[in-house]
Amino acid sequence: MGRREAMIEFRRVNKWFGPLHVLKDLDLRVEAGEVVVICGPSGSGKSTLLRCINRLEPVQRGEIIVDGQRLGSPRTDLTGLRAEVGMVFQSFNLYPHLTALENITLAPRKVRGLDRQAAEGLARELLAKVGIAEKAEAYPARLSGGQQQRVAIARALAMQPKIMLFDEPTSALDPEMINEVLDVMVALAREGMTMVVVTHEMGFARKVAHRILFMDEGRVVEEGVPETFFVRPQHERTRAFLSKILVH
Amino acid sequence: MGLGFCLGVVAGVARLARTPWVHTPAVLYVELVRGVPLVMVIFWFYFFVPILAGRPLSNYWSALIAFVVFEGAYLGEIVRAGIQSVPRGQLDAAAATGLSGWQTMRHIVLPQALRNMVPSLVTQFIVLFKDTSLASIIGFVDLTKAAQNISQREIRPFEMYLFIAVVYWLCTFTLSRLGRRLEVHLSRGLAPAPERAAPAGGPRVQGRAW
Repeated sequence: MGRREAMIEFRRVNKWFGPLHVLKDLDLRVEAGEVVVICGPSGSGKSTLLRCINRLEPVQRGEIIVDGQRLGSPRTDLTGLRAEVGMVFQSFNLYPHLTALENITLAPRKVRGLDRQAAEGLARELLAKVGIAEKAEAYPARLSGGQQQRVAIARALAMQPKIMLFDEPTSALDPEMINEVLDVMVALAREGMTMVVVTHEMGFARKVAHRILFMDEGRVVEEGVPETFFVRPQHERTRAFLSKILVH
Repeated sequence: MGLGFCLGVVAGVARLARTPWVHTPAVLYVELVRGVPLVMVIFWFYFFVPILAGRPLSNYWSALIAFVVFEGAYLGEIVRAGIQSVPRGQLDAAAATGLSGWQTMRHIVLPQALRNMVPSLVTQFIVLFKDTSLASIIGFVDLTKAAQNISQREIRPFEMYLFIAVVYWLCTFTLSRLGRRLEVHLSRGLAPAPERAAPAGGPRVQGRAW
């Protein structure tokens, strides 16, 4: 892949939770339109890395530059930046007191200043795109896990972000619902969205990822394009990890 | 009640604020007022405020202010607990879409917190309603005081006090039913709580016996 504009750049990033050193001298570069999959054992810092990109977590040392803005500097417009970075969570985090439609329209109306009609038009379009147009008026508790996660993706897309972050989006789903969510993500990747995805869905990684990162103990142990990553992993820890998740 | 609730929301939100100059006064206020009996608060406002203000305050106003201040502290704690009952993921989701702290509070946290607070709020309002009888000690004519006045005239204390007990009970019972109804109303669309789960796929059980 040619040298294109960097959307996300980490320079020697260090983060601690109290005494726990979760990210160690981490360097990372994600280019516009790139799909990067991050995998690794739990506690390896992959979710934390993701949460640093939109500054849900601050870092103690190092630099993070997202879409040309340096995070953590007083001049950074954090709200504006977060509006450019969509995020999808493992536990969906839909607002339970609002309908699917209201979940999606809230931020565009309050942050982007869209009027109700425009926001609802956009929301219905996105619900159709994720394949649940008929659930617009439903409250989250009435939706299946897969449907909830698709609403959550639509909610993030409604801000028309430049980057989408996915934090184990299918880990909380029943097996039969995983594909309906992955299909939406594959479509998004094919449209050229810049995506950083923490997941153990290696089928998804193989299909759309440009690069796969393997993290362990706060470091990127190995990275590569899917073909070599799966066929010839270089590190012992990567091999051990892959053998655990690829058996079934 | 309304004023006390507004003060309670302010105190509850302020207590959770990270800024020390917002947080500290709220903690002091809540801890101070909660540590003192209501009668004392009523006396304070009855005797001291006129001295500080330099002019007398009517019974009504001093009782009202005392109640607002007293209830504000208790409601502040209920509000704080309600806010803390909202899962962290909700805040993450709101922040991730670029909502400001205030917008998150207004559109995401408070609506959910309020729903969780309803049972405690109703209890507190019932207590408040009954506590109004204490206003009689500064000569404000509330229900109890009125009964006292009448019983001194009619010399039939038993009937009078029984009557006002019934009135108090009727009012508080109505309050608690209304609270129940509000709870059901606010939880529309949410998964039914386990103890009153509706049959799968069936319509939600609304408040019975209405």
